[in-house]
Amino acid sequence: MDDGNKLLLSGDEAIALAAWQAGVALGAGYPGTPSTEILENFSKLGGHAQWSPNEKVAMEVAIGAAFGGARALVTMKHVGLNVASDPLFTVAYTGVAGALVIVSADDPGMHSSQNEQDNRRYAVAAGVPMLEPSDSQEAYDFLLAAVNISERWKIPVLLRLTTRVCHSSSLVRPRTERDTPKAASFARDLKGRVMVPGYARLAHRRLRQKLAEIAEWNEHCPLNKVVPGGKSPGLITSGVSFMHAREAAPECSVLKLGLTHPLPMRKIAQFAKSVERCVVIEEGDPYLAEAIRAAGIPVEAKPEMYRFGELDVARVRRILRADTTPEPVPPPGKPPQLCDACAYRIVFDTLHRHDCIVAGDIGCYTLGALPPFEAMDSCVCMGASLGIGLGLRHVLPPDQACRVVSVIGDSTFVHSGISGLVEMAYNPPPGGHVVVILDNSTTAMTGHQEHPGTGRNLQHEPTGRVVLEDMARACGIRRVQVIEPRVGSDAFEHALTEALKSRELAVIIARRPCVLVARQLKEYEKQCACQENGGVCESAV
Amino acid sequence: MKNNAPVRKTEEFVSPPCNIIVAGLGGQGVLTATDIIADVARRAGFDVKKSEIKGMSQRGGSVTCDVRFGVEILSPMVPLGEADYLLALDATQLEPNRHLLRPGGATIEPSVIAADKLPQKKMLNVALLGALSAHLSMTGQEWLEAVGAAFDPQFLEANRQAFLLGRASQNKSVHATVPAA
Repeated sequence: MDDGNKLLLSGDEAIALAAWQAGVALGAGYPGTPSTEILENFSKLGGHAQWSPNEKVAMEVAIGAAFGGARALVTMKHVGLNVASDPLFTVAYTGVAGALVIVSADDPGMHSSQNEQDNRRYAVAAGVPMLEPSDSQEAYDFLLAAVNISERWKIPVLLRLTTRVCHSSSLVRPRTERDTPKAASFARDLKGRVMVPGYARLAHRRLRQKLAEIAEWNEHCPLNKVVPGGKSPGLITSGVSFMHAREAAPECSVLKLGLTHPLPMRKIAQFAKSVERCVVIEEGDPYLAEAIRAAGIPVEAKPEMYRFGELDVARVRRILRADTTPEPVPPPGKPPQLCDACAYRIVFDTLHRHDCIVAGDIGCYTLGALPPFEAMDSCVCMGASLGIGLGLRHVLPPDQACRVVSVIGDSTFVHSGISGLVEMAYNPPPGGHVVVILDNSTTAMTGHQEHPGTGRNLQHEPTGRVVLEDMARACGIRRVQVIEPRVGSDAFEHALTEALKSRELAVIIARRPCVLVARQLKEYEKQCACQENGGVCESAV
Repeated sequence: MKNNAPVRKTEEFVSPPCNIIVAGLGGQGVLTATDIIADVARRAGFDVKKSEIKGMSQRGGSVTCDVRFGVEILSPMVPLGEADYLLALDATQLEPNRHLLRPGGATIEPSVIAADKLPQKKMLNVALLGALSAHLSMTGQEWLEAVGAAFDPQFLEANRQAFLLGRASQNKSVHATVPAA
């Protein structure tokens, strides 16, 4: 009974496989749930995959590859696209010579994120085509389609996923052939790629022309499909919402949109006209409903309460009943916490006892905000701890300002904390400031990925290492200390109190490998030492 | 919202899938157990989907995975109140997830496994799969193949023992009506 042609793959794994088979020459990204496994799997398949310090750099590396005529992939979680949005908006103008597929993995319901922004808005704002797969087979197929659209129109394409596409597994029938795209080669196109105003004005017009052509093509695009059925109501949907809708209302006809920007408005109008009532079923913002209504097509949108959180079968049933009564509240589960042996427990216990005002950041250590520590007062976005801590220091009265501390993890520091450190050196608050870098030698929260501070690349092989203390000193911070937080040691407490007292600019690096991977990290270090030794290992186990 | 067309029941369009919730705490092997259920269903020729939430779960918090198999599976998530089985790797995770069960749905609890007979403590997930397997249509051989594929071969025999320990625990006590799948 085993159907050997079908693989059980997560959406992330399906995208990795499709990228490999499409001959994608380079995949870059920054780890972020639920997107992380794409590049990890692309690498395992033999693809050239790399973690960049942050999403903006990853996007720029991928743009360079696509300018060189190659097929390039860049992956990130939804908030990562905020970081990468600067290049996004202008690469839409320049277009690409090869292919550029930008994966944005959104997290409706915030399973592991600080907000639930709906990145479909980015496709509209930047003016790039967008595909929304609904399961792993479509994740596979749509990656291939995205490459084709990108190459055909020389335009970057947004592949917009959600948690339940990335981290759900379903059967995929892959094709057997692997593409061999034409080799990368540079062709000069000054006016097309140097976005000075004179050239950019023309580029903007070219972009709008491409989008108009793609909109026309989308009217008959096989990525959209109609499921015939009952006419009261007919449903318009996209992404995983399609699956919930089909299950909640199998009797209804459905227009399932795959290429959701630019929208096929004639096709939508035709479908809406063919049914007695037309209801849009979508997760997150009412992106489809607003766009369709703005085009003068009468459709019903979901009630506002369903903007929040994920959709599921039960919620779609409620939407179809126009049920706005309060939803049942599920019983609470056990919240996550810092691991029992986590070195950061000592840090947060100390910050709590000293009644510090803590500008926090994104990572496992954000759990320091929970009881028993409650030793974090803000968490906004990657790298924000430095700027926010400095802002607080500038305006608070001295008795409060002297207790402000910025706390940031090692991977987050390299991602976007460095600019904050430069800000600290450049605009020092009168009473100084204290930055604590929690260095556990890995990107723990997303599943222990490497970063430039570990000195190992995505494949855990040795590469150049950014030494955090050297970086801090190079920024002009004179009080830089590296300590190891351990049970029974007051090294951290001593360093913190002295730094707070000094009224200087201080960086304390609390360095101890993450307990979950300490053994694994030692093994990587051994292998790295062995490789640097020219392949001679003393004990390669 | 008014309904003009006669409403036909879901069953007329799709035969009901088998819905399983696997619940536990981060680090207990919830994801692995779910992978094995999905794999055995795939091997048996069913359509299958599973859905998991990662991220914070690694930090010892509640982890819940959904796995569904049958003729055709649509949503990757088990709809509220439609789970046929709740497999709990930790007793504390029974109550927070009981509302997911359909009326007459069954729980598979860690207490059904004689912990002192487990080859290794961490093989509780495999033992509970053994208990679950007694309720489902796939053969013991299909299960053992899927279990074998999920772990390093050196643990095969110990996992086989754990699986059979769980399977034997259910011989006399089938708590639920077995769904079509």
